[in-house]
Amino acid sequence: MSIEVRVQATPLDALAEIAAVSGDDRGVGGVVSFIGLMRDLNQGDEVAAMTLEHYPGMTERALDRIVEEANERWDLLGVRLVHRVGEVRPTEPIVVVVVAAAHRGEAFRACEFIIDFLKTRAPFWKLEQKTDGTQRWVDSRSSDDDAAAGWSTS
Amino acid sequence: MIRVLYFASLRERLGATAETLSDQPETVGVLRSVLAARGDAWKTAFSGDQPVLAAVNQEMANDDTALGDGDEVGFFPPVTGG
Repeated sequence: MSIEVRVQATPLDALAEIAAVSGDDRGVGGVVSFIGLMRDLNQGDEVAAMTLEHYPGMTERALDRIVEEANERWDLLGVRLVHRVGEVRPTEPIVVVVVAAAHRGEAFRACEFIIDFLKTRAPFWKLEQKTDGTQRWVDSRSSDDDAAAGWSTS
Repeated sequence: MIRVLYFASLRERLGATAETLSDQPETVGVLRSVLAARGDAWKTAFSGDQPVLAAVNQEMANDDTALGDGDEVGFFPPVTGG
């Protein structure tokens, strides 16, 4: 089974990442993907661009660990997790999570688990550049903490 | 000796990206007190009013996490990726 975790400063091709996981493993019955996009509206302000900062070294390890945990919890045949850093423009993908499994249940659950945990455990920080020229650091959301907490440890 | 890194909005508030401390405080909690004692923005940031997360050698840590010679400590706000 193939696991690929990547952080990149260049634009993401979400469809190519999905196609790569679908591949030619004939045991795969279902592929589930999540694409996180940059929105151009946050708290009523127009956002021109966003810069994603990370902690080189720790970020990759945190992502590896999240994917490992998903692979331990569910029977998976492939996982790909790719996250942007650097400057991103509205409607561009920030993150792609793709999971392949024999059956759809595992694929759906593992995909949601990975994005829920990424949002609370992976060291990235978003800095918005607003259309009025000012910058604002995005705040974390309690709904993300709730989503991560919702996954039991059993 | 430990290396301390500051990220994101915390880095901006402190006006510091990274530094090396010649001694190492026993724990992360002690290190927070040492930094808070610098006053001004350091005191505000490390007083506990706003959440400041910590990592030691690139693993999430808490106040009880021990520090050893050569360790790398990262301080940062709650994460906002995805």
